[in-house]
Amino acid sequence: MTVTTAATAPPGRAATPLPAPAPRKPSRQWRIQERWAWLFVALPIALFAIFVVIPAGMALVMSFTSYSVIGDSHWVGLDNYRRLFLDPYFFIALRNTAYYTLLFVPLGILVALATALLLHRNVRVSTLFRTFFYVPVVSSTVATATIWLWLLNPQFGMVNVALGWFGIDGPAWLYDSNWAMPAIVIMSVWAGFGTNMMIYLGGLQGIPSQLYEAARIDGAGWWQQLRYIVMPSLSRTTFLVSTLLVIGAFQVFDQAYVLTKGGPGNSTITLVYYIYTQGFGNLEMGYASAISFVLFAIIAVFAVINARVTGRDNS
Amino acid sequence: MSAQTAPGLSVAATTGALAGRSPRPGELHTKHKTPAQRVGAVAWWIAVVVVAILTVFPLFWTLVTSLKPAGDILSGALELIPRTVTLENYQRVLTEVPFGRYFLNSMLLAVAGVVLNLFFGSLAGYAFAKLKFRGKRALFVTLLGSLMVPGIVTMVPSFLVLRAFPFAGGNNVVGQGGVGLLNTWWAIILPGAAGAFAVFFMRQFFSSIPDELGEAARIDGASEFRIFAQVYLPLAKAGAAVLAILTFQAGWNSFMWPLIVLNVQEMWTVQVGLASFVTDYATDYGPLMAGTVITSLPVLLLFVFAQRYIIEGVSHVNAR
Repeated sequence: MTVTTAATAPPGRAATPLPAPAPRKPSRQWRIQERWAWLFVALPIALFAIFVVIPAGMALVMSFTSYSVIGDSHWVGLDNYRRLFLDPYFFIALRNTAYYTLLFVPLGILVALATALLLHRNVRVSTLFRTFFYVPVVSSTVATATIWLWLLNPQFGMVNVALGWFGIDGPAWLYDSNWAMPAIVIMSVWAGFGTNMMIYLGGLQGIPSQLYEAARIDGAGWWQQLRYIVMPSLSRTTFLVSTLLVIGAFQVFDQAYVLTKGGPGNSTITLVYYIYTQGFGNLEMGYASAISFVLFAIIAVFAVINARVTGRDNS
Repeated sequence: MSAQTAPGLSVAATTGALAGRSPRPGELHTKHKTPAQRVGAVAWWIAVVVVAILTVFPLFWTLVTSLKPAGDILSGALELIPRTVTLENYQRVLTEVPFGRYFLNSMLLAVAGVVLNLFFGSLAGYAFAKLKFRGKRALFVTLLGSLMVPGIVTMVPSFLVLRAFPFAGGNNVVGQGGVGLLNTWWAIILPGAAGAFAVFFMRQFFSSIPDELGEAARIDGASEFRIFAQVYLPLAKAGAAVLAILTFQAGWNSFMWPLIVLNVQEMWTVQVGLASFVTDYATDYGPLMAGTVITSLPVLLLFVFAQRYIIEGVSHVNAR
């Protein structure tokens, strides 16, 4: 709702997000309200400015320099950005990240929604299963990665053993350049869907029961209820979940770093992983910052597109 | 509305709810089940049990491994019931590294993060949702935009900002001469105190509460602060609970930032302590797994107690 209007609304109606009875208010009261509002946001905004805006500004400046932590820093203008368009690894990283996002976001929404639908019922046992489903979220990345390395082992890993029961010869997963990225996607979905499931459960609880009753009186089955009642009512929730997933997907790093270190055959080099190797491995902070801002631009574009697609009926 | 207040309901009786409708009290006590409902119930149980195995199994394996003696961990990695049960790994975690100390440090930082994010997130989120002021839209878009800046970019600049913080750690007025806020708790608390996510989340939450409540109080002459504190804040408790658990989890699991800004070992956090059992040459699985179990407990317990509020809280984001 916010992103859409912010980026695309005509200037005329951009300034009034509050809908109904606002305009006929005395201006004195308006001024008092504005003073209070500034009082409310002053400290948070100050912290935000010092620890987010200023560092981001510094990083932007760095992207036009040859800053390298140690040694001199020179102004190089657009050189870092020019270099980026000639860097094959940047495009590999971009392609890998796009691939990850394309798999991760729909799968993440699907799993979160399906598990939420499964557990949205007023029985005590579903409380227990919610806790079970949430367990991956509370495990630390170090432990999770260790376990998945073991599960995905090509010879004796649990995943391939289980596939063998059905006569399927499982791939080498993290050692196969075609399967490494899907494996990372599966692990990421596993590790993170609990949070989004909870967000969906909250969304489901907000749907008034009269809607279902009306639908049932009209003879709607569960698929029709899902299609015409549940999904439309969840559009705000889906907007929130998909926005968080897209932002997270473009910044995927931990799993690629812990599980594969970008391999095999560069198949899991993601943009943030590449930024990390350039900035902290080669100490090319200037170049790393430039890649980061290109990534930022990409995320912003996708967030706006996402807001248009999923959030169009709730502004 | 909550799951806890519905004792004695049979699962099978509610299976019509696959599409997610909340069952009404009237239909819960139906004694006669149609065959379709029975099939639905069985399908439901199979589905939840399969998913639960997929999610719980790795942590279960961690727990089992943490109870095995060092010799059995690699040789008997696949055994789900330990041949010998031992607490030696837990003993090693607590004695070889000051894990108790790390635990307290993490607790302090995570709780401070929760308190400050709730406070600042509610204040600013409320202002963005319910008050009118010039520059609101621009500020909010900046805030939202900052969520999209990859965290890794601002890491080095943030470090430089902390080091150059005026009047701290031997610094003069322009932030030169000392180490600033590095190696203090503030280095972790301040940058995380007013998260953009907290403001965004609370704003979404407050937006879902009708404007009319505030308008009515305003007509009665209540001050803006009273409207916030006495009308809206009590209604936002559930949202605050969600934010609290998410913030706690993030603070508890943060790893890279504490590693960068704290280089005094007594100030380390559990995650940094855990990682010290993993090296490039040999991973000490026993203590690592024991430490993982200890580390996972607080968030899991918090979730068990708070999940009711979480669902209720998030439901408001959707409601309109």
